[in-house]
Amino acid sequence: MTPEDTPEFYCPVPIDRYPNVMLAHGGGGRLTHQLIEDLFLPLFSNAPLAARHDGAVLELGARKLAFTTDSYVVRPLFFPGGDIGTLAVNGTVNDLAMCGAQPLYLSAGFILEEGFPMADLQRVARSMGRAAGEAGVQLVTGDTKVVDRGKGDGVYINTAGIGIIRAGGVIAPASIRPGDAVLLSGDVGRHGIAIMAVREGLEFESAIDSDCASLAGLVLALIEAGVDIHCLRDLTRGGLASALVEIAEAARLHIGIHEQAIPVRQDVRGACEILGFDPLYVANEGRFVAFVPLHDADRALALMRAHGLGAGASCIGAVTETPAGQVTMRSSIGATRIVDMLSGEQLPRIC
Amino acid sequence: MKFIDEYRDPAAARRFAQAIRRTITRPWTIMEVCGGQTHAIVRFGVDELLPEEVTLVHGPGCPVCVTPVELIEKALEIAALPGVVFCSFGDMLRVPGIERDLLSVKAQGGDVRIVYSPLDALRIARETPERQVVFFAVGFETTAPANAMAVVQASRQGAANFSLLVAHVLVPPAMEAILSAPANQVRGFLAAGHVCAVMGYTEYEPIARKYKVPIVVTGFEPLDILQGVYMTVRQLEEGRAEVENQYTRAVTRAGNREAQKRIGEVFEVVPRKWRGVGEIPASGLGLRPEYAAFDAERRFGVAQRVVEESTVCISGSILRGNRKPHQCPAFGTACTPEHPLGATMVSTEGACAAYYRYRRVRPQDAPPPGLETKR
Repeated sequence: MTPEDTPEFYCPVPIDRYPNVMLAHGGGGRLTHQLIEDLFLPLFSNAPLAARHDGAVLELGARKLAFTTDSYVVRPLFFPGGDIGTLAVNGTVNDLAMCGAQPLYLSAGFILEEGFPMADLQRVARSMGRAAGEAGVQLVTGDTKVVDRGKGDGVYINTAGIGIIRAGGVIAPASIRPGDAVLLSGDVGRHGIAIMAVREGLEFESAIDSDCASLAGLVLALIEAGVDIHCLRDLTRGGLASALVEIAEAARLHIGIHEQAIPVRQDVRGACEILGFDPLYVANEGRFVAFVPLHDADRALALMRAHGLGAGASCIGAVTETPAGQVTMRSSIGATRIVDMLSGEQLPRIC
Repeated sequence: MKFIDEYRDPAAARRFAQAIRRTITRPWTIMEVCGGQTHAIVRFGVDELLPEEVTLVHGPGCPVCVTPVELIEKALEIAALPGVVFCSFGDMLRVPGIERDLLSVKAQGGDVRIVYSPLDALRIARETPERQVVFFAVGFETTAPANAMAVVQASRQGAANFSLLVAHVLVPPAMEAILSAPANQVRGFLAAGHVCAVMGYTEYEPIARKYKVPIVVTGFEPLDILQGVYMTVRQLEEGRAEVENQYTRAVTRAGNREAQKRIGEVFEVVPRKWRGVGEIPASGLGLRPEYAAFDAERRFGVAQRVVEESTVCISGSILRGNRKPHQCPAFGTACTPEHPLGATMVSTEGACAAYYRYRRVRPQDAPPPGLETKR
């Protein structure tokens, strides 16, 4: 041991830019962000992409369309509360809804692994049909490819979707104003824990169902009632925290939230405690945040709560000017801390 | 949530903070030993409630941070071998060795898997007899009993394809190393509750006497920590240096004797290097000779590898409680969780990562980067 008081700084060699794609590049955190900003955006640069929304907003004559795509590689394929098929439809429908659009048409591309049971494929397709019906969209075109056994994980699905923008104003982080209320449509963390429980064979007293659902109806109800929606974001990978940080950074404003106002179900909290996860970072598939002016907040909350999917909606915080680009949270014991984006997936802690 | 919310109650937190304020008359530096406590302190902002006379410094109790680079390198070498399934707790996967981490080995084709228990690794060994299954046994006394159990079971089952890469460390020698360092500032300890749940706290009694420091066995919820600080401050102000137990709902003086018996059966005390600190005598656990067949270092011929720690950023000082993360010129600039320069930035329990995540100084407020990357 050397005695302390040697102020010499040495650095371990940093893991600089990874030379290979890491799983965390798809985790929805900083590395995903970095990949998009550094590799894709400069090469594909154009106006709709520059908005960096969940979907592109395209003006075609007098009409404004929303266009989006997403790929689904979830494992396990079937989980409590849904399967890869319901996810593939609802995920893309929700991305459209977050643009203030009424989703209309979806495409579906299937990458199937040789040997995948036909019965499972049928079950997935049936789920997609049902979810599309519930969301009021049609699957109008598609594609099928089969890869060698061992080269895929049963089935991967890509869906793309288009919808018609119904919202009057521009729904984007740039539209957020100081004083806006931050509304959350319900409890968080259920999808991630449902998947984790099946994947890792964790057993709880009662099964935790994914929250997977189409949010289009709920969002359209807000738009039709004339709520002045400034921004919407569904909470998928990276959870509530990552979504808020992305929005705060894009809007160059501060978002302050209260830990105690964020609904998390008891069983989800318990599972998170066991795994060392923070529910704020756990994935959801049927939750969103809405930024609305304070004077519209009560009405918007009432509308959300009247809709089945938003029954657990709450106001979790507000937007202010500074510290710009940051999210802070008042903790349950009444202290304040920064909420940051994760690098990659949350990794279970040792102890 | 029942049994958790009670320990996060804001009114009770304020009452404890007031009690500390009423008791304290001068500045005291107190170290929380365990990374889990550090995490809770920054996650809930516990230190914001404390009077300015209390300085909390973050101790060496994060196994991810203190595992020496030599063992990380051995892990990387073994994990990259064909035919090996390398199993680890999740947060070891991002710890950098010299040039890469286990996640990189995985991306390059190594079979690296996250498990929740060494028994899961043993199950994988049973199910894939044609592969060599290695479990990365890191952690303090808390994780040692389960790891010992896995070795006992593997031995009973004759699981010839199962082995442990052992990196176990012990808390009391690390506390002594901190207390005997010339520049030591620490006047009291919050001992790690879960370590004591296994080991009890008799081994801390001679330390409290020898170094005249109060040691309070403390839990991990905000109120536990506030109460632990209160008990420590009260001892300091009254001039006492005793071992007290705040975490009575989990810890007894004798600890879990059955777990201790298992540890003693399988492991023996060995000298161990600590990342950023160097070798501390009798500060780790290694497999006993009778279980040497399950030693991954032997099995894969990496036992003799020596990797010099060229590099420490200031994680060594941070782990000894002499400096805080934001006092490092690289903090938040050259060193971030995406590109950690030191182990304390890697684990979510690491002091630097916790600071970065919960209370990052914005870049314009941060000290200028004056640090070159050396090898």
